[in-house]
Amino acid sequence: MLTTNPFVELPGYVPALALQVYVILMIVLVVAGTLVDIVHKKSARYFFEAAENARQARSRDVDSGEKSGIAMKTLVHDVLASGEFCNMRRRLAHLLTMYGFLLFVVTTGIMVFAYPTPDVATPAVLPLLWHLGALLVCVGGYWFWFFIRVDVAAEGNPWYRVMRADLFVLSLLATTTFALAWSALQAAGAGGWATLFFALFIVAGTVLFGGVPWSKFAHMFFKPAAAYQRRVSDADGSRQNLPPPADKPAQFGLGIKREAPRHY
Amino acid sequence: MPTFVYMTRCDGCGNCVDICPSDIMHIDKTYRRAYNIEPNMCWECYACVKACPQNAIDVRGGADYSPLGHSVRVLREEEKGTISWRVKFRDGRVKDFVSPITTQPWGEKIPRLADYEVPDEDAMKSPLLCHEPDGLKIDDGGLPMVDKAKFKQGVYY
Repeated sequence: MLTTNPFVELPGYVPALALQVYVILMIVLVVAGTLVDIVHKKSARYFFEAAENARQARSRDVDSGEKSGIAMKTLVHDVLASGEFCNMRRRLAHLLTMYGFLLFVVTTGIMVFAYPTPDVATPAVLPLLWHLGALLVCVGGYWFWFFIRVDVAAEGNPWYRVMRADLFVLSLLATTTFALAWSALQAAGAGGWATLFFALFIVAGTVLFGGVPWSKFAHMFFKPAAAYQRRVSDADGSRQNLPPPADKPAQFGLGIKREAPRHY
Repeated sequence: MPTFVYMTRCDGCGNCVDICPSDIMHIDKTYRRAYNIEPNMCWECYACVKACPQNAIDVRGGADYSPLGHSVRVLREEEKGTISWRVKFRDGRVKDFVSPITTQPWGEKIPRLADYEVPDEDAMKSPLLCHEPDGLKIDDGGLPMVDKAKFKQGVYY
């Protein structure tokens, strides 16, 4: 199962071309949804206004060389390593889901477009990475859902209380969970059940990629931009109006350590 | 004067939700970011501002005494045991302050309240607060002061 391309094993009534058209449609939905999101929430306008305010409050100029260094640091620390999270459990869960999702999406694209039929043998590593990606999303996502998310950890709500903010994480979890179930059932030869879970997989995927204007899907585009802007404001001295880091009041010593927000 | 959250900086960790004494910091149901659900009830204690590890919370100034254009921002650095404040006036003047974090775990540090006698009924009805007037140490000579030499790890009084 793990080394078999699940897309070539589909029954004849789902032609490879239909899958390819579906993937392209999902890409179009994500692009269109993100643009609608930006226009509707005026997030780009806010972003550039905040950047202009920070620029006017600067105490020194940051040249383009320094800006490219900041962009690299943002990419390595904030994007690739999810460095903005202050809670290590949330950071680990985010890394698992992020890299799992990337593996899952990229290998899906390669398998659907490069190896659509059994005539061209799929390298074993692709389905392996596809399953691994789905599994990583499930591990990180369910850990987040049941134990880490703030509704449960800080607000004291039960795990089954669902709201609109859950659209992204739940549709993501549903997509990967149904994908794994579909692949397993198909490998086991359970034709009817496999078809059912394939249909559920497609529905969940459509909600995930089509729900961009209503979910937090677009955070993967605006969060890196916000992290970059924050680093630039640290470098040019505007620091979002924050005071500078305290310098050497050696007699002050250590105060109380922040406790985890678990007092409900 | 209530607090508000910069949504792009908030990562929804829940520290402000947990610490708010008025229970008015909550998580938004659409974006899973913190927000102040009832600004009228905010007493501007700055607990959430200081607790926010992302510095995503700010306080609006009251229009009567701090007109638009000013800002009061705070940076809590636990590893240094400091809280830094920056007051920016609308005419451009800036004032920075640094204070020690003096909060201590309940019941473990000085004063160890568990070591005091339980107050009797008369003490409970008295207008004096707990340990007054002894705790004010006025009889020791003048206003109570903290000797800088007493500043050590944790700043005990």
